[in-house]
Amino acid sequence: MTFDLIAQVEVRDRSGAGCVAENGFCPDWIADNYDRYVDPFFEHVLLTVVPVGIGFAIAFTLALLAHRRQWLVGPITGVTGALYTIPSVAFFFLLQPLTGLGNTTAIVALTCYTLLIIFRNVITGLRSVPAEAKDAARGMGLTDRQLLWRVELPLAVPEILAGLRIATTTTVGLAALAFLAGAGGLGAELDRLPSFKSNVVVAGGLAVLLAAILDLMILTLQRLVTPWQRASA
Amino acid sequence: MTDHSSAAPTDEKSDRQAATLEFRGATKRYEGQTDPAVDELSLEVPAGEICVLVGPSGCGKTTAMRLVNRMIDLTSGDILLDGRSVTERKPAELRREIGYAIQQIGLFPHLTIADNIATVPRLLGWDKERISARVDELLELVSLDPSETRERYPGQLSGGQRQRVGVARALAVDPPLMLMDEPFGAIDPINRERLQNEFLRLQQEIRKTIVFVTHDIDEAIKIGDKIAILQKGGKLAQFATPAELLMYPESKFVEDFVGSDRALKRLALQRVRDIDLWKAAKVRVGEPAAEARAKIADSDLPMALLVDDGERPLGWLSDRAFHGERVERDIRSPAEPTVELDDILRDALADLLTSETRYGPVVDGRGRVAGVLSLEVIGGFLNEAPVEARSGVELVEEP
Repeated sequence: MTFDLIAQVEVRDRSGAGCVAENGFCPDWIADNYDRYVDPFFEHVLLTVVPVGIGFAIAFTLALLAHRRQWLVGPITGVTGALYTIPSVAFFFLLQPLTGLGNTTAIVALTCYTLLIIFRNVITGLRSVPAEAKDAARGMGLTDRQLLWRVELPLAVPEILAGLRIATTTTVGLAALAFLAGAGGLGAELDRLPSFKSNVVVAGGLAVLLAAILDLMILTLQRLVTPWQRASA
Repeated sequence: MTDHSSAAPTDEKSDRQAATLEFRGATKRYEGQTDPAVDELSLEVPAGEICVLVGPSGCGKTTAMRLVNRMIDLTSGDILLDGRSVTERKPAELRREIGYAIQQIGLFPHLTIADNIATVPRLLGWDKERISARVDELLELVSLDPSETRERYPGQLSGGQRQRVGVARALAVDPPLMLMDEPFGAIDPINRERLQNEFLRLQQEIRKTIVFVTHDIDEAIKIGDKIAILQKGGKLAQFATPAELLMYPESKFVEDFVGSDRALKRLALQRVRDIDLWKAAKVRVGEPAAEARAKIADSDLPMALLVDDGERPLGWLSDRAFHGERVERDIRSPAEPTVELDDILRDALADLLTSETRYGPVVDGRGRVAGVLSLEVIGGFLNEAPVEARSGVELVEEP
């Protein structure tokens, strides 16, 4: 595969002059080869969205549990915090005996990294709900469940989505190392020709672009669902 | 289905106007504390009356209020709402029938004003049209413009406006009982006074049974039909009408709490029309002087008040006015200050004190002389037993 690529590079080099040979930044080469980044880009999207989605489901559930039983906050923060501190390279290798090489390993590891951030932000969001709003809600006859879904969670949305944004951008970055676990993504592309500037710029640039797009999407979502935050006298 | 759910509460409306409330030896004791927070509290609030719980901080007044809707559960004793124990009820259901307004208001910042007010109607499953109509009605009731306010968020309103929305929200399903914990506590003095007056006017319309918690004795006197003064340890020090409380404090504690200006506070509870005024000699120009002198002899002060054909006061006549056969227009001093029958006695006293004469004609709604008010008249009133206790509601009543 690597050989093919170099062969192709060399074939095209006739038009790109010495640029490619010198591993330089070659706009012509990029224009001719952008399609080789399409599949890795969407793999990278998958390696970001799936772990963040699963991580959110797990962390959100844990946060709701811990919200009712505050004593759980400490232990859950401890465990997710410990997962967060495992160096990613080590994590990918440690998981391989269990899940083998490939996307599964990468997704499991990346999911683990999102837990702490999302869990902590959901808890912080729920705690930031004004006590008087909760008191008024209970005093008007909302049950605990109604209080949670109609008052506490809507008011925690900005904090929760802030956590989701950090988790997402972090995961885009970490997913670039997922090739170590045998998964694809832009990281694999980077790793293929790490000293070829054109490749590094395009693959790296696409990762940054992906992070920016996802971040902007969540930010837009947040603005849509929290109209009260923008309303001012 | 929709018809049924929207019709049912309307039918109940007639008997939802107001409920009676009774504390029967209500006690709250927290574990690990020697003194109870509320100690054997017994009192009855008749339907449609405002009962103010007042006392220094830590006296258990808020705890006592929160026992009613089971935000806090009783340790012993009972609380009866319309004769039925609150302990038999599911807390959430009970609370939906009891209006709840607190000092911090607790509006939901993420919901529009309309949605905030619609909270309890939605819990009870009202249909959309009914909720929408009710929201408009309530906003008007608390003097807010529905079209301007409905779609705004709490963060866009002033403190006073938010307070009104809080009251409107508490009234949403026309609850027979309202609990209000220092609802005007966080408002500046000028707006607080306005909101209190509005609140009393509102109460005239809605006639709810209200438990009102405050630490401010002046607010208690102004608002309450009955006042329960609590002291540390959650003990009831006295339960009485404002006038009784000011006249006959039962203990040193109550006397101190009510304040050394008790007499002045009583004046704030009474209107000029409530006390016996001096009779005035009303005299017209051209009237026979002998007749005028007879009127003076029959009146409570040694001079005559010149009035016009509409019996409006023109001024106090000098002796020279009676030298001829007929009364002449010879005014010694103007008819000032002029007091109205509907003036609060305390304000009238202030007028008298700032004038030179220390007495002044009292006029009715049409400007006709009804008598004379003087410092002596007020002094005499303060030495009497309280006539009948006037509630704050009657006091703001407009003629």
